[in-house]
Amino acid sequence: MEILRYALYRFGTMLLTLWVVSILVFVIINLPPGDYLSNQIAELRASGQSAGVAKAEFLRSEYALDKPLWQQYFIWVGFMPGPHGFSGLVQGNFGWSFEFDRPVAEIVGDSLWLTVLVNLAAVLFVYVVALPLGVLAAARARSWVDYTSAFVGYLGLATPNFLLALILFYYGHRWFNLPIGGLMDPAFEGEPMGWEKVKSILIHLIVPTFVIGTSGASAMMQRLRANMLDELGKPYVETAVAKGMSPSRMLAKYPLRVAFNPFVADIGNLLPAMISGSVLVSVVLGLQTIGPTLLTALKTQDMFLSGFVLMFVALLTLIGTMISDVLLVLLDPRIRYEGRDA
Amino acid sequence: MTQLPDGRFVDDAPYDPQASVLELERKDLDAPNWVLIWRKFKTHKLGLVSGAFLLICYLLLPVVGFIAPYGPNQRMSEHLYSPPQSINLFHEGEFLGPFIYPMTSEADLETFQWVFEPDYNNPMKLDFFCEGKGYNIAGLIPSDTHLFCAPEGATVFLWGSDRLGRDIFSRILFGAQLSLTVGLIGISVSFVLGIFFGSVAGYFGGKIDWVINRVIEVLRSLPELPLWLALSAAVPSNWSPVAVFFIISVILGILDWPGLARSVRAKFLSLREEEYVRAAEMMGASSGRVIRKHLIPNFMSHLIASATLSIPAMILGETALSFLGLGLRAPAVSWGVMLNDAQNLASIEIYPWTAIPMLPIVVIVLAFNFFGDGLRDSLDPYQQ
Repeated sequence: MEILRYALYRFGTMLLTLWVVSILVFVIINLPPGDYLSNQIAELRASGQSAGVAKAEFLRSEYALDKPLWQQYFIWVGFMPGPHGFSGLVQGNFGWSFEFDRPVAEIVGDSLWLTVLVNLAAVLFVYVVALPLGVLAAARARSWVDYTSAFVGYLGLATPNFLLALILFYYGHRWFNLPIGGLMDPAFEGEPMGWEKVKSILIHLIVPTFVIGTSGASAMMQRLRANMLDELGKPYVETAVAKGMSPSRMLAKYPLRVAFNPFVADIGNLLPAMISGSVLVSVVLGLQTIGPTLLTALKTQDMFLSGFVLMFVALLTLIGTMISDVLLVLLDPRIRYEGRDA
Repeated sequence: MTQLPDGRFVDDAPYDPQASVLELERKDLDAPNWVLIWRKFKTHKLGLVSGAFLLICYLLLPVVGFIAPYGPNQRMSEHLYSPPQSINLFHEGEFLGPFIYPMTSEADLETFQWVFEPDYNNPMKLDFFCEGKGYNIAGLIPSDTHLFCAPEGATVFLWGSDRLGRDIFSRILFGAQLSLTVGLIGISVSFVLGIFFGSVAGYFGGKIDWVINRVIEVLRSLPELPLWLALSAAVPSNWSPVAVFFIISVILGILDWPGLARSVRAKFLSLREEEYVRAAEMMGASSGRVIRKHLIPNFMSHLIASATLSIPAMILGETALSFLGLGLRAPAVSWGVMLNDAQNLASIEIYPWTAIPMLPIVVIVLAFNFFGDGLRDSLDPYQQ
């Protein structure tokens, strides 16, 4: 029951953080001078098209852009009745995209799930790669395994994500005949889920997962290696070896369990960086996640669209961090329930 | 040395078991901190080499115009997408001194590409200390002397030319001016903010600490790039390149400070309880004085090390922003702006040299990482 209470507490703090984030996001999307509609109105006036002006003016009042900023914020979030009563993010109305002239929910649609999928795959990749390599690098410290993994790790940290993506795509296509661009075969777009579609998505995921995960995996691996090395020097390890335990069994049974905690806790630091990376990589590789949508929305000052995408990206990280916190408590009974560094 | 009757050799000097050990340690203890740090840092070969390399890079920044054979935006319209040329020394077994083979370009009407063919019968010697496109040394002193340039009627594109026929080598050198300083300005902003908020939170504690801590948590839990993108999208497009450059570096710094503030705060929490802090307070020092004179010098070196380690993130950040078209814009030249040309697979396949700006990025980022690691390892001279 204790764990449930903690999970609830963690959920509460997450909601609070999300609320602060919403203020931040609203300020940021309102930073550019003017808004999409007033710019459009000015443009229409300048070119003498009065018909469009009326429509834009109508939209302006429809989306409460003529109200003072603080009211706009409350209407956007859904804490205050707008022109159509309570209808904001909280109520599930994500706003209107002026650029595409369609509701935001319709535009982002599928890409939300694909975003979650890409990031999930990357997180899995990080764990699957970092865990064995980190343990191996520690157990065989100062051997070729150690040095090679450190070298590859450094390269992964230093190469800009987007270039790695381009290069891997190019060579992946040339040598392994991996598909280029996108997250699925164009034929499957808009089709219902099926075995073939899943297979197509999986094959398309290989390169993006690798690109997004590499820098995270190398950082994670280095940390696991350092933690393991700390543990390996302790007397209990010596005792276990002296008593004749096989090295692999000894590693898995004692030091790994101790070194594993920071490994789980670290996801909180890792996730923001990885989601950043996925946005960038999606733009370069043309994945149907919300990365490219965000970029166009920001460039055209489509504020509701960019605001929603920013909120979604933040929500994704917050949920990920929350899950890792709860997992950590489950894993390690020594951790106090009040929070990590209170 | 005397030999005892039983055959053992004994040193004649009087033996004092305490003295010799103490003397050595005393010398170490009395040495100033930086001597100890330097002594330890010297053993970290990779860090030392990286540090020297970075120092040279930054020292060369003001005079890049002299080293580069061309100006950053100088166009050779006859040589679009020219492949890299090499500088040779021997022509048909005969030593000639540094020379190049001139390139002739021809349009291939089937693929609609320029085909470049080096003319191997006509070696042309490079000119040294010649006059070329004007530039400013350190942005102030006008000059037009270049270390080397192409002979009349030929070109020297060490790393090829881009889609407008500009020399990539020269552009990389000029781009370094912006790409390398972006990190420095960004880190200064983040440094000031981080130390200020971290020390206020750590020193005063209580409600202020709580508020600052929550802000740090919120900022740290957000993905940086989307926020960078959103903030840079807010930069008006009619600003001058210099203004855009400054605001971009400030944006990079604004989102970086929470990490620094966190470590400052943690240090403060433990240092606050030290006797010398209490003593200073008793003598009536203001809190500002205690922070500035007694606390910050205590872990300045740590801060510098962690700052060194976060410069690469900023350089990569600028590259990513400019690459996406939301950072620096032409006519400004930075590595990210240059990579904008290599944005699609076609250009990587047909003109792989447009992706060359990635090499300096990787090298610089690695150098900063190794240098920072070495610095961090050698900061505690008393610890083994």
